[in-house]
Amino acid sequence: MSVAEPKPHDSGPLHVTGQARYIDDLPTEEGTLHLAFGLSEIAHGEIEAMDLAPVRAVPGVVAVLTALDLPGANDVSAGANDEPLLSDGNVHFLGQPLFLVIADNHLAARKAARLARIDYIEKPALISIDDALNAGSRFEDPLTYSKGDPDAAIAKAAHRIEGRIELGGQEHFYLEGQVAQAVPLEGGEMLVRSSTQHPTEIQHKVAIALGLPYAAVRVEVRRMGGGFGGKESQGNALAVACAVAARATGKTCRMRYDRDDDMVITGKRHEFRIDYRAGFDDDGRIAGVDFTQYARCGWARDLSTPVADRAMLHADNAYHLPAARITSHRLKTNTVSNTAFRGFGGPQGVVGIERVIDHIAHSLGKDASEVREVNYYASFKDKAGETTPYHQEVSDSVIREITAKLAKTSDYARRRKAVAEWNASHPFLKKGLALTPVKFGISFTLTHLNQAGALVHIYSDGSVNLNHGGTEMGQGLFTKVAQVAADAFGLPLSAIRITATDTDKVPNTSATAASSGSDLNGMAVKEACYQLRNRLVLFLKNQYRVAAREIDFADGRVMVADRSFSFAEVAAAAYQARVSLSANGFYATPDIVWDRIKGRGRPFYYFAYGAAVTEVVIDTLTGENRILRTDILHDAGRSLNPAIDIGQVEGAYVQGAGWLTTEELVWDGKGRLTTHAPSTYKIPACSDRPEVFNVALWDRGLNKEKTIYRSKAVGEPPFMLGISAFLALSDAVASCGDGTIYPSLNAPATAERVLFAVQRQGAGAGHGV
Amino acid sequence: MEIEFLLNGETVRLSDQPATRTLLDWLRETRKLTGTKEGCNEGDCGACTVMVSSLDGDGVQHQALNACILFLPQLHGKAVRTVEGLSGPGGEMHPVQAAMVDHHGSQCGFCTPGIVMSLATAHRNGERNHDDVLAGNLCRCTGYAPIIRSAVAATEQPVPDWLDDEAEALGAIAAGGSAPGTLDELAAWYEANPDATLIAGATDVGLWVTKRLAELNKPCFIARVPELQAIEVDDQAIRIGAAVNMNAVQALMADHHPDFAEMIRRYGSVQVRGAATIGGNIANGSPIGDGPPALIALGAILHLRLGGETRDLPLEDYFIAYGKQDRRPGELVTAVSIPRQADRLKCYKISKRFDQDISSVCGAFNVATEDNRVVSARIAFGGMAAIPKRASAVEAALMGKPWRDETIRAAAEEFPKDFQPIDDMRASASYRQLVARNLLLRYFAESHLGRKHTSVLEVRA
Repeated sequence: MSVAEPKPHDSGPLHVTGQARYIDDLPTEEGTLHLAFGLSEIAHGEIEAMDLAPVRAVPGVVAVLTALDLPGANDVSAGANDEPLLSDGNVHFLGQPLFLVIADNHLAARKAARLARIDYIEKPALISIDDALNAGSRFEDPLTYSKGDPDAAIAKAAHRIEGRIELGGQEHFYLEGQVAQAVPLEGGEMLVRSSTQHPTEIQHKVAIALGLPYAAVRVEVRRMGGGFGGKESQGNALAVACAVAARATGKTCRMRYDRDDDMVITGKRHEFRIDYRAGFDDDGRIAGVDFTQYARCGWARDLSTPVADRAMLHADNAYHLPAARITSHRLKTNTVSNTAFRGFGGPQGVVGIERVIDHIAHSLGKDASEVREVNYYASFKDKAGETTPYHQEVSDSVIREITAKLAKTSDYARRRKAVAEWNASHPFLKKGLALTPVKFGISFTLTHLNQAGALVHIYSDGSVNLNHGGTEMGQGLFTKVAQVAADAFGLPLSAIRITATDTDKVPNTSATAASSGSDLNGMAVKEACYQLRNRLVLFLKNQYRVAAREIDFADGRVMVADRSFSFAEVAAAAYQARVSLSANGFYATPDIVWDRIKGRGRPFYYFAYGAAVTEVVIDTLTGENRILRTDILHDAGRSLNPAIDIGQVEGAYVQGAGWLTTEELVWDGKGRLTTHAPSTYKIPACSDRPEVFNVALWDRGLNKEKTIYRSKAVGEPPFMLGISAFLALSDAVASCGDGTIYPSLNAPATAERVLFAVQRQGAGAGHGV
Repeated sequence: MEIEFLLNGETVRLSDQPATRTLLDWLRETRKLTGTKEGCNEGDCGACTVMVSSLDGDGVQHQALNACILFLPQLHGKAVRTVEGLSGPGGEMHPVQAAMVDHHGSQCGFCTPGIVMSLATAHRNGERNHDDVLAGNLCRCTGYAPIIRSAVAATEQPVPDWLDDEAEALGAIAAGGSAPGTLDELAAWYEANPDATLIAGATDVGLWVTKRLAELNKPCFIARVPELQAIEVDDQAIRIGAAVNMNAVQALMADHHPDFAEMIRRYGSVQVRGAATIGGNIANGSPIGDGPPALIALGAILHLRLGGETRDLPLEDYFIAYGKQDRRPGELVTAVSIPRQADRLKCYKISKRFDQDISSVCGAFNVATEDNRVVSARIAFGGMAAIPKRASAVEAALMGKPWRDETIRAAAEEFPKDFQPIDDMRASASYRQLVARNLLLRYFAESHLGRKHTSVLEVRA
């Protein structure tokens, strides 16, 4: 068996020796051209005049294109047709591409791109959530999902709280920046290589931009150097730019963003503000809750609608809310168009309810984990029929089991006391502790996206070529899916040749997103493999006059009753017998139905669960803070590959904690992003990971639904475990006061925010001046 | 400019490359060695890390450096090893590479070559402080945990013999030398060419090229001038040549002012500190450089030279205003001297992230008491003004006073007289002002409670 084994990443040996090729590493042919965008210097306005003569004059510049030079549609949006490749004369954010430089080298293109003389008619720019609210600037009317009568429930409740939390956005900071290459082929066809999570969308955008049918554009991606959602739609601009430049010049064209440009041009995680009211009883049991979520979407729609929807769909997290209302505002601002980022709005929704729980606990003087426990969804064993605020029954909850076990393994109760004692003897430093759960819905909420295809060939030497619609961005998808294929044929993993995602092989794919990669592509591959296996069985059955049950594939051999053949012998024989050795597999997730306007249905096939306990320490004089220890128990179902899944959990936790602590995006009043490089935007470094970091998979994990080997999606859910770090900081801040003032910490909880939160605890808090 | 160096053991001679061509661009574009990655092109992510070896006395010293902000002339006489040159002749993996595969240390793989080169360099140097070794290598996928497991697993493995000592080959090429070869030559040349750009480690100037896309006027590489590399310690002073890199300054300070060394541990990263020089940190006049506040608090003297004329001045007097220093055209910083003194220095570097981050506030405190009364006080800050600056009013409020809480709280009130900081992306003015005051409290608290009560870095779960 290969499935469930902790196999290393298929590209590991190539990664560590520098042989793994990313797009910018591909050998270039003589005459390859390089591109750069000229970017707007204002956040909002119109271009009055654009003098590109100084750009064209730079040695090495071959051509400069504006919107007027484009052969087809000027659109690189994810679907709303509101995102021109090059400005149509209007400027919507600072950093918007205005023109395209084509040069014989990357540096010349970059240098030239800065030399345009542009006159603007500047208009007032809406930068912040408040700017947008004051101006009534939105993409659509507010959307509300509700269950029961939250107003009445809150009014009747014994206790009430209300508050607000501000949540900053997040830069993806994939280590490999956006990059694409287009090779012009005969007859006007185009071969595009793109660092993208969504080859099919790249195919469509390029085809439309060139006036070609989809079939005339081929998109290939072997791997990305990280994606995290940032390469779901943000690669469109580069791929289309390369394609139009390749069309214009007849040459291969390559484009990569310099890191600073990448951070200025591309969308990020949505900044949110969440207002909340809740009513609850003496135990902290929630009777009703009312959320108003404000999402800063930026200048274009991109994926903001489904992101904001998913934030609404995670406003309950792991808690049964008898009455709830979630209202969502999708605000339009003159800043980058925010986009997909691991969790896709879910994390913001989850932080909202975790904040409510924390606030309730503080108001009751209780340990927040006690308040959590009285509100968790009932265990799947209890068949309680509890529903989410969008009326989906939660029938697979293991959150009670997971948090109970984690509390035990992390020694939560004892450490809670120890932290209090430690704090009593340390006037300047304070520790904090928090246990937070996650329940994350698995499926694209746009139901039709929940499909996948695969193409599997067996060659006559018995080697197997595997292809599917998913993309590899480091998450180990290709390894997991190859394990599925290896098992189907009883072959060692090394016998499965993994190949690049290619729109010529599997068409009409969905983005590798929503944590769905293994669920969808694993099933499609399994289906393809079993078609082939069944053909081989049928062939062997007829050839050797045995029953199907007498045929088995294991250890690279095929047993046919008392005979044993190598897989290669069987493949060769099947070929000789004119058996087709190529199969397409297909999978569509069953049983999901969703009305996003009414907020009713079953958007999610199942839920993934997990929990984390984080201990932190803060300095009450400076606000400096550190994570000291983290314990995680996460449900990956029956894991396809525990090593890869643990890698996802560890990485997601650190990334989630980074979002809520050190990663701060700052725009100045003019709409200029001032944190546009790793020198100013601080993702976690090595020493920021918890020094004690105990990560385990839920050993009783089993998907109730018939997913691939009963595993569960693991890409996004553990990102939200990072919230435990944020609430541990809140706990540490609260310990500076007398229990009367809730910390109301905003995110990211930088040293500055932590210090000011300590100050709000009142005179003498932390002994500062 | 003639340049000669070893690339993965092979001698390379270049004469056709622009002086500001980066090693990274040359490796990837000219040599087609694409294992070394461009992640940020500014020395902050480490994806382009390479091992650079050079002769150091009788031995060979190995240093991880960022290829993206390393100009080719800086490599003259050195040996460069990239990820392509790390495996054995038969393709055998280096122990670090094997451990990274076995312990799932790579996910997307893009940071991996840089991680591997940082770890392999540390492995070769016998260093085991993995967090510090990797502070300059960002990974966005793994959360670092499996990378550390890999590093630990490789620790006990021997350095592979195929990484044979380059000493002999280095000796052959390093003999060539490069201009300017002496301080006299440099001083004379710079006086005659005051519009030149002096480049020591290029950790700042590199970004002028890679980010500002500037054309440097008359670039002149000065790091190899022997006098600028010198460290002299006598009864009176510790004199540090301007081109001494910050890793060396860290090692030096560990013996004399350990808290300065501890701050330097968090200054940049191994790769940045291996290139960055103390002279550069001072000469460029940054208001947020971490060296100057500590040096000012130690009463350091700056040594300058214009042609044949030398000049000394207290370091704090060098910084006049933002972007303006007391340095005449053609005059260069040659060294800085720290007067010998009992160690009382505490350095507090406040930043969004502990490692490899620019300070929002950097405070250095050097207060002496006799009979519990303050007899001298030198307090300097970075990030609080347009220049690194002493807190003169605060110092005055401490002088002669008893070393006790009331004195400290009264002196803290003086900070607004000394500093009117600004809001920027690193911190607000009000945070900076509050933290500066609180750091004085921290210094006082630390003097009687110890650091275990004042630094989150000292706390364990």
